[in-house]
Amino acid sequence: MKQALKTLTLAASLLAPLAAFALDPSEKLADPALEARARGVASELRCLVCQNQSIDDSDAPLAKDLRTLVREQLKLGMTDQQVRNFVVSRYGDFVLLRPPFKPETLLLWFAPLLALLGGAAAIWRAVRASAADDGAPTALSEAEREKLRELGVEGEGASES
Amino acid sequence: MIVETGHFALVLAFALALAQAIIPFAGARLGDASLMRVARPVAMTQFLLIALAYGALTYAHVVSDFSLVNVIENSHSLKPLVYKISGVWGNHEGSMLLWVLVLSFCGALIAAFSASIPIKLRADTLAVQGLLGAAFLLFILLTSNPFARVAQAPWEGRDLNPILQDPGLAIHPPLLYLGYVGFSIVFSFAAAALIGGRIDAAWARIVRPWTLAAWLSLTLGIAMGSYWAYYTLGWGGFWFWDPVENASLMPWLAGTALLHSAAVMEKREALKIWTIFLSILAFSLSLLGTFLVRSGVLTSVHAFASDPERGVFILAILVFFIGGALALFALRAGALPISGIFAPISREGALVVNNLLLTVSCATVVVGTLYPLALEAITGEKISVGAPFFNTVLIPIALPLALLMPIGQMLAWKRGDLLAALQRLRAAFLAGLLALGVFGAFEGAPYLSVVAAGVAVYLIVGSISELLQRAGGRGASARAAVARFFQLPLSAFGTAFAHAGMGLTLLGLAATGWGVENITTMSVGNSYEVGPYHIVLTEMSARNGPNYSETYAVMDVRRDGEVVARIEPAKRFYQARKMARTEAGIVTLGLGQVYAALGEAHGDGTIDARLYYKPLVTLIWIGALAMALGGAFSLADRRLRIGVARRATAAIPQAAE
Repeated sequence: MKQALKTLTLAASLLAPLAAFALDPSEKLADPALEARARGVASELRCLVCQNQSIDDSDAPLAKDLRTLVREQLKLGMTDQQVRNFVVSRYGDFVLLRPPFKPETLLLWFAPLLALLGGAAAIWRAVRASAADDGAPTALSEAEREKLRELGVEGEGASES
Repeated sequence: MIVETGHFALVLAFALALAQAIIPFAGARLGDASLMRVARPVAMTQFLLIALAYGALTYAHVVSDFSLVNVIENSHSLKPLVYKISGVWGNHEGSMLLWVLVLSFCGALIAAFSASIPIKLRADTLAVQGLLGAAFLLFILLTSNPFARVAQAPWEGRDLNPILQDPGLAIHPPLLYLGYVGFSIVFSFAAAALIGGRIDAAWARIVRPWTLAAWLSLTLGIAMGSYWAYYTLGWGGFWFWDPVENASLMPWLAGTALLHSAAVMEKREALKIWTIFLSILAFSLSLLGTFLVRSGVLTSVHAFASDPERGVFILAILVFFIGGALALFALRAGALPISGIFAPISREGALVVNNLLLTVSCATVVVGTLYPLALEAITGEKISVGAPFFNTVLIPIALPLALLMPIGQMLAWKRGDLLAALQRLRAAFLAGLLALGVFGAFEGAPYLSVVAAGVAVYLIVGSISELLQRAGGRGASARAAVARFFQLPLSAFGTAFAHAGMGLTLLGLAATGWGVENITTMSVGNSYEVGPYHIVLTEMSARNGPNYSETYAVMDVRRDGEVVARIEPAKRFYQARKMARTEAGIVTLGLGQVYAALGEAHGDGTIDARLYYKPLVTLIWIGALAMALGGAFSLADRRLRIGVARRATAAIPQAAE
């Protein structure tokens, strides 16, 4: 709610005194392709001392250390996944902004699908119930048309004919 | 003395809120009109008293009365006046006071504009509103007193967090609260309807303008907040899927669903139960957001457990009101007859799908926000649910929704013709495909950006073409078409603008894929490339502001050798809090922006900087403005205006029951 005091407040109070900012030019890798991969990995790793910021966006010293770590590992020839695993082995799943797929997070990952199926089932049931009630829907009756006219909504949408 | 008056006014307001909760409610049960009539004056007086309290706190901030804890902790004598005023809500106590101020303002609005609604419904609605007010006033008085004094006043305050000293803060929270708390009106009306047992199209007519008004404010509030983050953070991010942001998005999604289902209920008497449920849900999610932000549970589950006073209090309020409303709903909703039959392919059918997708999005945001908290509380295991998760699961819901929006707009009520609707969208499909081709030709962005851009253009053209086709008709002369265009009901413009606005925002979001970034070390006189522009650092210097000192750089933005703009990014240091803050240098060129933020300055006269070219980025917020404008059009439609409900009630003589 109080966006006024969002992340920013906390982030600012923790980090701003350093007067630095996230990635600085000296950290960048010479190889643009490798640097792009580093940015990709870093943007999905959480800055552990911030509130919901990635290490790529954060100016905390710890985030800088992690950025450097990620780049060092990439330079050693590790794949993105290997680098992520390496960071997780040190800091735990908490460091991943994209939660891993495992028994504890199944409900999280499947929540949208479950909600969609549940909602669809509920609608299907309601449609069936109402169909059983009244039979097939017909075109607007004259009375309904009259009511729509009174409400002034007649003609709205695709109803001009 | 003024401060004590404010405190006393707050206590009085609490007493009045209790009276407002009990007397009209009793009157409605006893059928005593004189008791029911108590509601309106009490609601207005309660608002005036809270306004007085709020004014007293503002006064203390303006005159820098450092005998108040709240002023010491959040103000400074040198702070500019505007931030002394806006700083009142830049802290926990003050923002809760603003919360109840808006809540009581909503109560006063109901009282002022409800002359035409049935007296029993009005009494019950204001009673529920009063009960809400009483609960939150008690919360403030017992746990978050903004008027607490210290025995020994210090000479100087600790200043407001610099990041909050910004014009954005002066506008964003009040707008957000108007939306957020504005849904309390709809909640109270829903609870009152359930208590009274009368739920019909007339009810939907009464409630819809309030929903629109709250939704409009919330839309602007969220957009304002995101633009503020964009220019304050120093790297141009505008949405972080932070729980605090999600807290405002959840009621927005539910409110958007409500807006559409209420339209069905009002016009076709269908989806009554569902509309009532959404009315409860929208404000329940506002309450949930308040709990998340105000209890400290977000910082850490453990912090919450060790200092639970405020959190538990809000949790109790939350459980009481959401639980109470849902219990009432369970008790009464079953008795409502199903009415307003429609075919699956119809305007109603499309709006049902709209509601399904919006509700699923809303549920996803709720689950994603609460999951880490729940998991940690249950198993002690910590996980993070961040932007990658939300983007992954929500985009597959949002894009189909965008595809369906113009189709729904084209379908007739009750029974529609899908084929005809699709045919009428030919221009939109064509424009979308064309956009896919054009955007696809620009390299550098992921496929998703191209697809989203295509869908966005389709959505914009589709939303507008509905209007144009209604004006055009068959074989109409140009003059007749123009005349007809301006005679279209305002609510039709509302729908078209809101939908097209969504398309504009989507296009702006898609275009982030083509953004260019250049993180570099700059020196005076040299030129640095970012997208189609070159940026030349021409000057670097330092100066002092009222309560800060800053390093600033003057940069020329050049295109094809010509200076097209000059920007002045700066880095400020606030003495009182020993905190720095970046002031981005931003210039809007076309619909895109060039954005520069300063980093570390080096001894040799060079400075680190982040330079960005963000094509079409302004569309993100222009789209939100268009959505809000759409809401305003609908609100201005004479058929929807607040207070016209009586005529409508007369027109539909309660036949619905």
